[in-house]
Amino acid sequence: MAALDVQGLVKRYGAVEALAGVDLQVGEGRLVGLLGPNGAGKSTLVKIACGLVRATAGTVTVAGAPAGTLQARRRVGYLAELFRFPGWARADEVLALHQKLAGSDGGARERAELLDLVGLAGARDRRVEAMSKGMQQRLGLAQALVGSPPLLLLDEPTSALDPVGRRMVRAVLLELKERGHSVLLNSHLLSEVELVCDHVAIMRAGRVVTAGTPGELARPRGVEIETANGTRLYEGAGRDDAPRIVADLVAAGEQVYEVRLLRSTLEDVYVEAVS
Amino acid sequence: MTVVAAHAIRESLRRRVFAVVLVLSIVFLLLYAWGAGELLADVSGFEGNSFLVDAETVAGGTILGLAMFAILFLGAVLATFLTIGAVRGDADRGLLQPLIVRPLGRTAYLGGRLLAASAVSGAYVVVLFGACTILTGLAGWWPHRFVEPALGLAAAAAVIAALAVLGSVVFSSTANGIAVFMVFGAGLTAGLLGQIGEALNSETLDTISDIATWILPFEALYQDGLAALTADAGGTTEAIVTLGPFGGAQGAGAALWPFAAAYVAAVFAAAAALFGRRDL
Repeated sequence: MAALDVQGLVKRYGAVEALAGVDLQVGEGRLVGLLGPNGAGKSTLVKIACGLVRATAGTVTVAGAPAGTLQARRRVGYLAELFRFPGWARADEVLALHQKLAGSDGGARERAELLDLVGLAGARDRRVEAMSKGMQQRLGLAQALVGSPPLLLLDEPTSALDPVGRRMVRAVLLELKERGHSVLLNSHLLSEVELVCDHVAIMRAGRVVTAGTPGELARPRGVEIETANGTRLYEGAGRDDAPRIVADLVAAGEQVYEVRLLRSTLEDVYVEAVS
Repeated sequence: MTVVAAHAIRESLRRRVFAVVLVLSIVFLLLYAWGAGELLADVSGFEGNSFLVDAETVAGGTILGLAMFAILFLGAVLATFLTIGAVRGDADRGLLQPLIVRPLGRTAYLGGRLLAASAVSGAYVVVLFGACTILTGLAGWWPHRFVEPALGLAAAAAVIAALAVLGSVVFSSTANGIAVFMVFGAGLTAGLLGQIGEALNSETLDTISDIATWILPFEALYQDGLAALTADAGGTTEAIVTLGPFGGAQGAGAALWPFAAAYVAAVFAAAAALFGRRDL
């Protein structure tokens, strides 16, 4: 059974169709990246999956339970794109509150582990209002992990982080994957998604327009060969064509110094999909 | 629900505005002690007058009635402040979403917020009214009843909190604040109208006021408590108390409390139903 199963999901806000029939699955222990430009419907999809927004049509289930039900919410950890914790609360208090709400019996040990995991071990007693935006985002990630939920819905978890913070989140995501958590990662950072996700779905105007593993999406783009007379590009050629091209060049008296296989990056695929 | 209520109470006690409320309340009590002391000292010489008027009851009932008016206002401010952004305001700021996705239930969340606001503002008005009662007593006059007015003020604060919770589902924080205080003002106006009707012996004004105060029962609860302050006064004293700005109030009868409870429950049910259908 999929950790998250989205079938024919439609969401309309009046005349605006935010989601126009989305199908998506997050398998158990899988890390799925959701990409797309602003307004593509990514956040709406995530909000429906965690019960904040009601679907107009279609179904969303979390481990078989309809999204938004108590049973589904017990299995979900959520980090919103725009969130805030009360400024007066200390980091440890925020996590303690969420432990109570999530029914976690992890106690002080779980809180300490989570703060350590997101690099806030030294900020346990710091008030939220005294934290930088990046620290608050890390605390938000720790909050989403309270109670060790099987499915994590992370909406732009690195948007306020510096490069070091982003690397930390990537490490956390890989750690979560190793522990068997399923993750739906909504992000604008293609490199981040490419590095950590098993599967990528690209959305545009409320639909999934491209999906696959990063390897499947990165198609061959050609072969580039460096000879004594300069660099030559053989567009559309793949790995299997390389020996023949080199043989032809050598037969024609060329001196070959280097052969490079060109593959389209996720960025190329993304730009093509959303254009 | 209790987790949310405890969190909301902690929040209300730890925000700076609570310290401001505390300081202003102390200033209010100091001014009240001064005013009540001076007033009751002035009227102490009127005892044994030929009109058989209990001057201390007239003065004490009036000044404590004024204090009740001020306490109701402060309680309304506190109750509104604690619930003004419970749904839309907190959702707009991103405070609500991390809580609502938890296995909690929207009704339970809303119930927790209402419980916390009612508890904090109710306790606040009871303590403040208790302090004013003691200060009035030390100055020379004790009200005829204490429990009814104190509980009436606490219940009035709960009614206002319920209205503010309902408004928070529909309106932004600012719009909700304005709406709640317009409703509060309408209730007070209805009460004043009733007192004018009482003084002028106008049945029409009385009827209008009665209907309005039952539609907005925080006013009926306040009026009921106000009447209880001088419940045992009779004869000329009662007539003069009735003519005063806080003396025309009348008890609302035994149906008031069950009605107020049902009113809060109905307002809460409406808020929960609207919240349940709201996208966040």
